Amino acid sequence: MNNIAEELRHFVVENYLFGRSDVELKGDDSFLDRGIIDSTGVLELVTFLEGTYQIQIQDEEVIPSNLDSINNLLRFLEAKLRIAGNGGEP
Amino acid sequence: MCGIAGILRGGNGRLDRTILQNMIELIRYRGPDAAGFYTDKHVGLAHARLSIIDLGGGHQPMHNEDKSIWVTYNGEIFNYVELREELIGKGHRFSTQSDTEVLVHLYEEKGEDCVEYLNGQWAFAIWDSKRKKLFLSRDRLGVRPLFYTSTDKTFLFGSEIKSLLAYPGVRREIDLHALNQLFTFWVTLPPRTIFAGISELPPGHSMTVENGMVRIRPYWHLDYSPLSMKSVEHTSIDTLLKLLTDATKIRLRSDVPVGAYLSGGLDSTVITALMKKLTENSIKTFSISFEDSEFDESAFQKEASSFLHTDHQDIRCSYQDIGRVFPEVIWHTEKPLLRTAPAPLFLLSKLVHGHGYKVILTGEGSDEILGGYDVFKEAKIRRFWGAYPSSRMRPLLLKKLYPYLRNLQSQPEAYLRAFFHVGQEDLKSPFFSHLPRWELTSKLKLFLSDDIKSDVNGYDPLAELTKLLPSNYFQWDGFSQAQYLESMYLLPGYILSSQGDRMAMAHSVEGRFPFLDYRVVEFAARIPPRLKMRVLNEKYLLKQAVAGLIPPAIQKRPKQPYRAPDVKSFISADGKVRSHEYVEELLSPKRIHDDGIFDHAAVQKLVAKARKGQVIGIKDNMALVGILSTQLVVDQFINSFSGRELNEQHS
Repeated sequence: MNNIAEELRHFVVENYLFGRSDVELKGDDSFLDRGIIDSTGVLELVTFLEGTYQIQIQDEEVIPSNLDSINNLLRFLEAKLRIAGNGGEP
Repeated sequence: MCGIAGILRGGNGRLDRTILQNMIELIRYRGPDAAGFYTDKHVGLAHARLSIIDLGGGHQPMHNEDKSIWVTYNGEIFNYVELREELIGKGHRFSTQSDTEVLVHLYEEKGEDCVEYLNGQWAFAIWDSKRKKLFLSRDRLGVRPLFYTSTDKTFLFGSEIKSLLAYPGVRREIDLHALNQLFTFWVTLPPRTIFAGISELPPGHSMTVENGMVRIRPYWHLDYSPLSMKSVEHTSIDTLLKLLTDATKIRLRSDVPVGAYLSGGLDSTVITALMKKLTENSIKTFSISFEDSEFDESAFQKEASSFLHTDHQDIRCSYQDIGRVFPEVIWHTEKPLLRTAPAPLFLLSKLVHGHGYKVILTGEGSDEILGGYDVFKEAKIRRFWGAYPSSRMRPLLLKKLYPYLRNLQSQPEAYLRAFFHVGQEDLKSPFFSHLPRWELTSKLKLFLSDDIKSDVNGYDPLAELTKLLPSNYFQWDGFSQAQYLESMYLLPGYILSSQGDRMAMAHSVEGRFPFLDYRVVEFAARIPPRLKMRVLNEKYLLKQAVAGLIPPAIQKRPKQPYRAPDVKSFISADGKVRSHEYVEELLSPKRIHDDGIFDHAAVQKLVAKARKGQVIGIKDNMALVGILSTQLVVDQFINSFSGRELNEQHS
């Protein structure tokens, strides 16, 4: 998952901060607390995850505990990919 | 309506009339009908005239009986008829029928207090030659612009900044604190302008320059205390309609025909309906429609026009049109923009001018004074939620507020809570209503270059705003505080200037705004918020007052903010919009780097995102428009300046 972590970090820094991150984005840093993400940003993030990892994200899954930090994203994505790999519900 | 400029000489330098001519020549679109000058050994006054009242006799600069007082004046005094009668009764002799002459004699009679008797929209300078005093003033709400600066002991003023920049020795430099303010509030806080060393006379202020001393004082305050808590709905409705009708009536005083803008919304329809009640003639109305249906309101415009039997003209606006005129728009706004919304208004005034009209009435000001904006409603919902933070139902009202923002609809509560600031600390803030907007806008500072980041980080625009607020602001209710912020800052700094005066005057068109008659404004400030916004029904009192006068569909229609396509006007992901050369050039890594304001790598990433069609949010749209318009300001006013070239040619 290290590569995925880097991909996610790259997306967040490039897409929301346009490469301008004065302070390093740590795995547990909240996107909301750091003001990185706005209401459109959540939509962009969902579109990115669905397009890049071939998963489908349900409305009820769009919550900070899934999406609000690199580590949350990793945990969420890992679970989604595992289910998808097992042929379960996307 | 006109343009003014002037020089008050200091020291022993010669007053160069050619420079004065150049200063006014740069803003001749404000007054193409005539130009006039007055010079003596101390002062030079210039005037560009758009003839509206007393077409044959109102030439300026104008003087009193013994030529000791001279005025150069931009605007209209709508109660000039009544003031003239009073002044004649006191023995003043008039040689014209103009409102300008009323100003001259009123100054003789009342001195600097004359402004308190005026009902109108003005920016003027009076030279009192006996006292060697220059007296300048700007109307209460800031409808008309007035800027000033000084260089080498010489005081300069003008309707627009470009007149001042035309004077040799005036530096052309971006004020970084002002840029910081603009990337927070959407406007600079007067007296600051985006140009270092150039000031704006704040609305409702007068100034004198005498013996080398400058004195600035407010003569009017927008005051929300005390509210008339006993206000009864039906009497308030009657008073509002009566005042608004008279405000419209005196704004029809003109020796040229008066038309109206019809946006399809409540306010402009109300004004057109009142005009219809007051005049015999058919009214000419003008609208913008958009090719992009997301922004188009033409169905409502047609409905209003047909209901009121107006002679209606429309201009259809495409992405391409906005991109094409944007550099000219910035030449006129003289400041960066975060929205393209002024550009269609630039095209609209061209349409008005093309039909031979010089004067239009609009519904501007109603949303500020009678409580129409979403920001008021949003704050009300946020406060309601904040009072019971664990409520599951209250945050859902926010989704109802913005039905046209699709991505907001699916937001879970945790996200809404963070975006809309309903924490305990937020609730205590005197800027509670505007926190989400200002915080979102402040994100644009991310694009500033490392060189100017330190300046930005060391300066707090909110602290400066706090210092400017009247002391009783902090005792007002939240609704009134929000109204004050809109009326004192966004209204003059953006709505009335970038979308108003500058766009209309670019094509020699004067806007008049009955909702901004000070009697209406002062009355509205006394009405308790519950009558302005009943639960979440905006402009409730106005809607009650105009029932029957306007089409029911427009009366019941929820407010739709006036917007125009932003990024899509400049950069197209699908190749449908031809790219404009200036966009490519001004956003190129080399230009961004050379101009030094923004970080070129970050800007390239934003441009790339736009080219992929992924710029969908408000923040990214504002960022691209903000960066491009700032680059245009630097390009047209700092790097090169055609007004300076004009002087160099003459000298």
